[in-house]
Amino acid sequence: MIKKNWWKIIAVVLVLYTIIAGFLFKVPAQPILHETIRNLYFHVPMWFAMMVILFVSVWHSIKYLNKSTIESDIVASQAAHTGMLVGALGLITGSFWAKYTWGAWWVADTKLNGAAITMLIYMAYFVLRGSIDEEQKRARIAAVYNILAYVMLIVFLMILPRMNDSLHPGNGGNPGFNSYDLDSTMRLVFYPAVLGWIVLVVWIFTLRVRTEKLKRKTLLNE
Amino acid sequence: MNNFLKKTALLFALSILSISAFAQQDQPIEMADGLYQSGKIYVVVVVASIIFLGIVAYLIMLDRKISKLEKEIKNK
Repeated sequence: MIKKNWWKIIAVVLVLYTIIAGFLFKVPAQPILHETIRNLYFHVPMWFAMMVILFVSVWHSIKYLNKSTIESDIVASQAAHTGMLVGALGLITGSFWAKYTWGAWWVADTKLNGAAITMLIYMAYFVLRGSIDEEQKRARIAAVYNILAYVMLIVFLMILPRMNDSLHPGNGGNPGFNSYDLDSTMRLVFYPAVLGWIVLVVWIFTLRVRTEKLKRKTLLNE
Repeated sequence: MNNFLKKTALLFALSILSISAFAQQDQPIEMADGLYQSGKIYVVVVVASIIFLGIVAYLIMLDRKISKLEKEIKNK
């Protein structure tokens, strides 16, 4: 039991640690940000987790195109699904944070619009899947689209925000939070937070994959 | 010489103007110090932890349920 599930325990311990340390440890005092600087421990890991789980998704899409095993297609689609969960949480928390620091729920910023467009691109992935009935065909077309979607994600989240002016920290000439964290106390919470959330999201994703496989098996047996 | 004096005077005058920009940094930045002093931040920490642990308990239950189903289908 413990032998197989140790990594789930690590995820829970890490995230619990970041909740406690994230509220209690000292943070640098910054104008405008004030205590909201602690959102770094909760909002940012959502995006890290999304990038990782969507990479798992595109990885299995490529695997599907290589070997055409339907299992890869199940894994790819469920990973994309889980990625949308954390992505949505990232968007909502970011919007809330923006309201109290930038003064608006949404600003026409390259990073924000890029994140929204990325979500829409992945929504289209599910619409595309839903529109094709034949299994092999759906898996193949979805896999090709998924590769395109991940490339667009890199462009919209990583490249374009760095080439334009952006309010978002770490983009367009705006310093990231590492410049405030002079004595590295924030890193002490931030890195475990990122790792913890990534592993927790992987756990949720494996639950989804197992349910989907069960569903398939029972449907085939009937 | 006169020109030089004028220029240095202008330089000083403009330098003094810029002090006001630095002065703003001296104002204390508002943090939740009251919440930390009264110790009630711990209430928030406990509430957030309970919510998280509740979600984890839910995930564990789902995990077990799926494991049970997997075994049942395997034995069929």
